[in-house]
Amino acid sequence: MTWVTRTALAAGLVFLYAPIVVLIVYSFNASPLVTVWGGFSTRWYGALMSDAPLIAAAWVSLKVAILASLLATILGTLAALVLERQGRFRGRALFTGLVVGPIVMPEVMIGLSLLLMFIGIGLDRGLLTIVIAHTTFCTGFVAVVVGARLRGLDRSLEEAAADLGATPARVLMTVTLPLLAPALTAGALLAFTLSLDDLVIASFVSGPGSTTLPMRLYSQVRLGVNPEINAASTLLVGLVSAAVLLASWLTTRRGQA
Amino acid sequence: MSGLPAPRLRLEELTKRFGTHHAVEAVTLDLEPGEFFCLLGPSGCGKSTLLRMIAGFERPTAGRILLGEADLTALPPHRRPVNMMFQSYALFPHMSVAGNIGYGLKGLGRAAAANRVADLLRLVRLDGFGDRRPDTLSGGQRQRVALARALAREPQLLLLDEPLGALDRGLREETQGELRAVQRRLGTAFIVVTHDPEEAMMLADRIGVMEGGRLIQVGPPAELYRRPASRFVAGLLGDVNLIPGRLGAGGPGGAREVETAYGAVRGVAAGTLETGAAVVVAVRPEDLVLGTEGLPVVIADSVFLGDRLRRTLRLPDGTTLRASGRPTEAGQALGSASHAGFAAEAAVILPA
Repeated sequence: MTWVTRTALAAGLVFLYAPIVVLIVYSFNASPLVTVWGGFSTRWYGALMSDAPLIAAAWVSLKVAILASLLATILGTLAALVLERQGRFRGRALFTGLVVGPIVMPEVMIGLSLLLMFIGIGLDRGLLTIVIAHTTFCTGFVAVVVGARLRGLDRSLEEAAADLGATPARVLMTVTLPLLAPALTAGALLAFTLSLDDLVIASFVSGPGSTTLPMRLYSQVRLGVNPEINAASTLLVGLVSAAVLLASWLTTRRGQA
Repeated sequence: MSGLPAPRLRLEELTKRFGTHHAVEAVTLDLEPGEFFCLLGPSGCGKSTLLRMIAGFERPTAGRILLGEADLTALPPHRRPVNMMFQSYALFPHMSVAGNIGYGLKGLGRAAAANRVADLLRLVRLDGFGDRRPDTLSGGQRQRVALARALAREPQLLLLDEPLGALDRGLREETQGELRAVQRRLGTAFIVVTHDPEEAMMLADRIGVMEGGRLIQVGPPAELYRRPASRFVAGLLGDVNLIPGRLGAGGPGGAREVETAYGAVRGVAAGTLETGAAVVVAVRPEDLVLGTEGLPVVIADSVFLGDRLRRTLRLPDGTTLRASGRPTEAGQALGSASHAGFAAEAAVILPA
């Protein structure tokens, strides 16, 4: 690498990650003023542990993320199986579009439309509605991840299983799904982080008592930033990064599944 | 399944079209029980599609597949008493060798299945490999696991798609012998798909040559080699000299005369050909003999190959013929004139 490319790379990385680094550094700030460094301290992490509303919001987020990623993985995998293993059927292109559509749709629109639907069918807003909403927009991501792996899977493995007397259900359970396991895990982790991050859609469809962590952080920021928010955000960044790294590791080592 | 006489496979007018592409066109074939049959043809001739229809992975556009009294045509793959060995072997990477071989033995009970797996491992000389993973095996070992797995359910018919295609040359020849030995011992009918004529001749009791989706000639290897029905088959099964000419009148013993640009020759007509039709006379290099009779040639080249001597002979108009003979024959000097003759029974007259 020449110094030009090195500088360009450094500038790019600084542009992308400097704010997050600053956020993490200031979470260890002893001073209650966000912009003034007062020495190293972990007091804000301690304060975090005694902030009951924040802990409650984290629990809501965790429950929603686990349930939504589970449901999205099941639905997304089914969609991928239909798209990759059912051959050509009428409306396949339309179905593809409908499955991956929520990936590119504006979140505000998804949130608003779901809100209107929940009101329309008289479903009380709460944990359940957030889970449904997150499942809706995460399913497409799982379908894309699982579909890519399915496309790379040697078709003759499933044919060999059928040839050896396995019913279609047994082929799915003993050959297809075990070989898809890394993609299923990666898809689930992706859905988990997407759900954990989401602020916009959750804001539309949540109800009293079902405030998620991003919603809680956002509402606190509006009252003024304190280092406790930095600490909470740092933990969130750490969790999401770990999940994403695990997911990408699982998708790239496909050869030795 | 075992013990009972194996039923006969019958394909009736089997056809498969993909859109307007005719992959397999009206193939009719009877397979004897216990027969080793080879489907031979270049890639894209429809041989793999034919095999996949018998296995149940492709649904025929028309025609029927019968095994004894049973009509397999509409049965899904898992309900056919037929097994297949895949070109890629398709071993399950997440299962052990024993797990792969025992995959189809679900209905057998644990102890019986374990015994059967052990027997099969012995059959393919892989005792002690049961716990290994497929990706820790060599190509030849994987091939044998695939064979054992395909034989586990004692199929009435075994389909093998290019079974030796992924092996290197030395291993191929060894494995060809093993495949024949296993087939003889079990008495299971085998259908092997291959694009390698030498392999087909080495393995098969009968060869079916496919071209453009059609089964164009079926017969024992020697018959196909000696009596090809077309130029395509003649050229596919080995080196051949094709001498163009016009068909003359009939002669004794079915031999007929062909008027060529270099003189009259005699051969046996393949099928019914009209007198005066444009034909080619197909002669194998080993049937061309230098002597005082036959077509006038000049010896253009001579190569010693140990077990034989390969000569290139030039006809008056510059066309060359290839002759191969025993090296003990009196060597003639390069450039000397001679005559190339052949017995009428050794030459086949084919439509041009």
